[in-house]
Amino acid sequence: MIELKDVSKIYNEGRPNEVRAVTDVTLSIPAGRVTVFKGPSGSGKTTLLTLVGCLARPTEGRILLDGELISSLPERFMTEVRRRTFGFVFQRFNLIRGLSVLENVMIPAYPLGPDYRELKSRAMDLLARLKLDHKAKMKTEYLSGGESQRVAIARALINDPEWIIADEPTANLDSKLALQFLDEVRQLKETGKSIIITSHDDRIVNADVVDMVVEMEDGRIIGIEERNAS
Amino acid sequence: MIFDPPVMALLLASAFSTVIVALGAVFGVHVLLHWNLADGHARQIRMEKRTYLVSTALMLVMVLQLATLVLFVHNADRMAVLFTGAMCAVGTLNVNEYGMPAFLIQVAVFFGAALWLIVNAADNMGRDYPYTRFKYGLLVLLAPLVIAGGVLEWLYFLNLDPNVITSCCSKLFTPENAGIQADLSSADPKLALYALFGGLALLMGLAVWAMRARAGAAAYGIAGSLFFIVAIVAIISAVSSYIYETPNHHCPFCILKPQYGFIGYFLYLPLFLASAIALGIGVLSLWPLPDSLRDRLPMRLHHLVLVSAGLFAIFGAVALYAILASHLIMFG
Amino acid sequence: MRHWLARQRYLVDFTLAALLRRKGRNLMLLFIYTLVIFILASVIFFGSALRHEAKAVLKGAPEVTVQNLVMGRHAMAPPEWVEKLKKVRGARRIEGRLWGYFYDKANGANYTVMVPSRYDRKNALKDGETIIGAGLARVRDVRRIGHLFLLSPKGKLMKLKVKRILPETSELVSADLVLMSRGDFLRFFDLPENGGYTDIAMQVRNRNEVAKIVEKISKMLPTARVITREDVLRTYENVFSWREGVVLAMLSAALVAFAIFAFDKASGLSAEERREIGILKAVGWETSDILAMKLWEGGLVSLFAFIFGVAAAYAHVFLFDAGVLAPVLKGWSVLYPQFSLTPQVDRLQLATLAFVTVIPFTAATLVPIWKAAITDPDVVMR
Repeated sequence: MIELKDVSKIYNEGRPNEVRAVTDVTLSIPAGRVTVFKGPSGSGKTTLLTLVGCLARPTEGRILLDGELISSLPERFMTEVRRRTFGFVFQRFNLIRGLSVLENVMIPAYPLGPDYRELKSRAMDLLARLKLDHKAKMKTEYLSGGESQRVAIARALINDPEWIIADEPTANLDSKLALQFLDEVRQLKETGKSIIITSHDDRIVNADVVDMVVEMEDGRIIGIEERNAS
Repeated sequence: MIFDPPVMALLLASAFSTVIVALGAVFGVHVLLHWNLADGHARQIRMEKRTYLVSTALMLVMVLQLATLVLFVHNADRMAVLFTGAMCAVGTLNVNEYGMPAFLIQVAVFFGAALWLIVNAADNMGRDYPYTRFKYGLLVLLAPLVIAGGVLEWLYFLNLDPNVITSCCSKLFTPENAGIQADLSSADPKLALYALFGGLALLMGLAVWAMRARAGAAAYGIAGSLFFIVAIVAIISAVSSYIYETPNHHCPFCILKPQYGFIGYFLYLPLFLASAIALGIGVLSLWPLPDSLRDRLPMRLHHLVLVSAGLFAIFGAVALYAILASHLIMFG
Repeated sequence: MRHWLARQRYLVDFTLAALLRRKGRNLMLLFIYTLVIFILASVIFFGSALRHEAKAVLKGAPEVTVQNLVMGRHAMAPPEWVEKLKKVRGARRIEGRLWGYFYDKANGANYTVMVPSRYDRKNALKDGETIIGAGLARVRDVRRIGHLFLLSPKGKLMKLKVKRILPETSELVSADLVLMSRGDFLRFFDLPENGGYTDIAMQVRNRNEVAKIVEKISKMLPTARVITREDVLRTYENVFSWREGVVLAMLSAALVAFAIFAFDKASGLSAEERREIGILKAVGWETSDILAMKLWEGGLVSLFAFIFGVAAAYAHVFLFDAGVLAPVLKGWSVLYPQFSLTPQVDRLQLATLAFVTVIPFTAATLVPIWKAAITDPDVVMR
């Protein structure tokens, strides 16, 4: 479970271009569920995602992961937490060009210094699960949008995180691929992963796999809708 | 004698270290005044980011310092032909009054930088950065030393006058003379060798104890740091004589020369590294164990003790080899 | 430890791939870096080869040389000095030497004319014979003729049969040499039979006694100037180091320019690269991982540049006779010796070279590297 208490994030603090991206957010995100942050662009949902995913530190307020305070950790340890807890699927996939699919999937594990053969077999297993093992050697710039996203998902899973975070995952996908993505989300949920998605895409927001929708506007939460109460 | 390539290289290196440590110390003062991890505001975050720069730069300084020490001595050795009376580095260092202090401060800076890096590595393991203030206090103290070292080096090279008749090792490291070098040389070789190998045995024992108890690690750290002095005295009073195969030559620098197979480097490098690590172990284990390091620091200390003890063992083995391979027989 | 090593391996792998991905930019940097190292290494190699050459020549030189001074100027040493010096204990092979300089109007070059030592069997000469240096042979085109014609200072023509040409190995010093017999020498310079010697050379039995012997000679012959080989060696060492140093100091401007260039390259991060670092951080790399990677990058570039630069300088100095530098550093007479230097590279030079090139490069790139490494991971989400 991730808990946010009175969390605010200010960019460019003290400068003329200061922006309050998130203001006084208090929220509990349950584990093992699919949570969607919904809202128009500029509503602060992506910033909230970076705070939840330990990509940035809140300016004010506290964030707890399973009861442990993580928001005031120095960057070094925040990265440690992020590396073992969260896997990311970005809107523009953010694969590294010029490297092969396999290398892209393995990259998050490099700083941990694992045994190469073990790491490679783990990556190949993930690629096989996402039906991409035949393209392992291919450079990522030759992949289609859907394939790129599956590589990004494999990369997010390589360190076996508990939480998967996806930012606007269907923005660049057609309907068929969007459905395919939802299918993958369902599978991940079945394996016990917790999933957080930002989206303003109704295909996602209204999908039956979603357990909770957090609606945002101007950096504040304006509504929380819980479904599939267990 | 500034226009000499190795001298220029050394001065460049010292300028680099001086600038880095001076800037680091300024930042250190900032940290001492404003450090507050609980703060999520811009200044604290900027400061945390800057610590990465400072520790990377100091790591470079320390690597450079080790290289500088070697180059400094090697170069002094080479320049001995330029000065009447000089036969090795000692003669060159004694051409003016700045040489020896410059060299000794370089040694001190090496130990200071090594200690800083060890504390820094430990600090980076604790989620609350437990040693940060101590670490930056240390850096603020280290800065004057580095600057003094740089200034002395400049003065030394600027005032190298080839017309000066200098005295070399055979004059200085002679028991019959007065002065610290002579006192070191006149230390009873038998006693020095007992202290050397007895000390090594004691260190190995303490290393085993350090694996079990924190007090052991503290004892090892203190003993290891003090052992450095014992080892240097033993090298001067006994080991060097074995290497030169004459009971009257006690120079701690001539053993670095090629005609003795550079054995000096094999003695000094492990000794310096091992002592520097021991110093770090001592400091870390005398300090109360912070909560945030309860899990990780003892492990790290074990590793450090193993590395340090291993290096001491290499040093001891080289010293023993030097004695056994020698044709000199000092004691019947 | 195992993980630490594995991590370094992964970082190196990644860095190499990244370097290759941005070939154009990195090749440019590598080229300039190599060029800088090449120039500096050429200076250092050349200087030390010259020093080595001089030392090699001096090895055969007498340990002590005694000259006569009259009114503070060099004069011929009286023949009876030789007998006196023979009484000095510890000295041996005492011998008066005859040598001088001769300006050849025919081609404006200075020759060193010398009578070979009594102990030098290989170069023993009869009247009418000569042995000459290779440089001189080249200029006078002696190889084909077999005779050397010299117009003495007093205007007499002298014909000498060339018995041998000195090998080029130590040509720097012997290029301008003309060896002739004692009789020919006296005739050539129009000297009296008992006029004495240019100087007196001697060897010393025990090198540790040199200072004692010098002291004794100075007492015995108050007008004599005594020069030891060590003195000469010291002067050589000084002069060559100084020249090398001055050239290096001049080149430091180039070094500064290079540092600025490296700084510029390192700080001018493309949007693509910044994004890449953001991605790495977002997926779990830490600032110190990025720093380590970037330090590897700098280290690898330095290593390659160093290897290429040193290899090229080695070829330049020892295979192509330092074509670019020779005029600056040599400063010799009109007779440019066409010398092939004996390859001479030692650790101290390489260390010096590494210091003066790698330190500026690292210093210039340190802050840009750090700036890149602290890129916020959330940039990839913005």
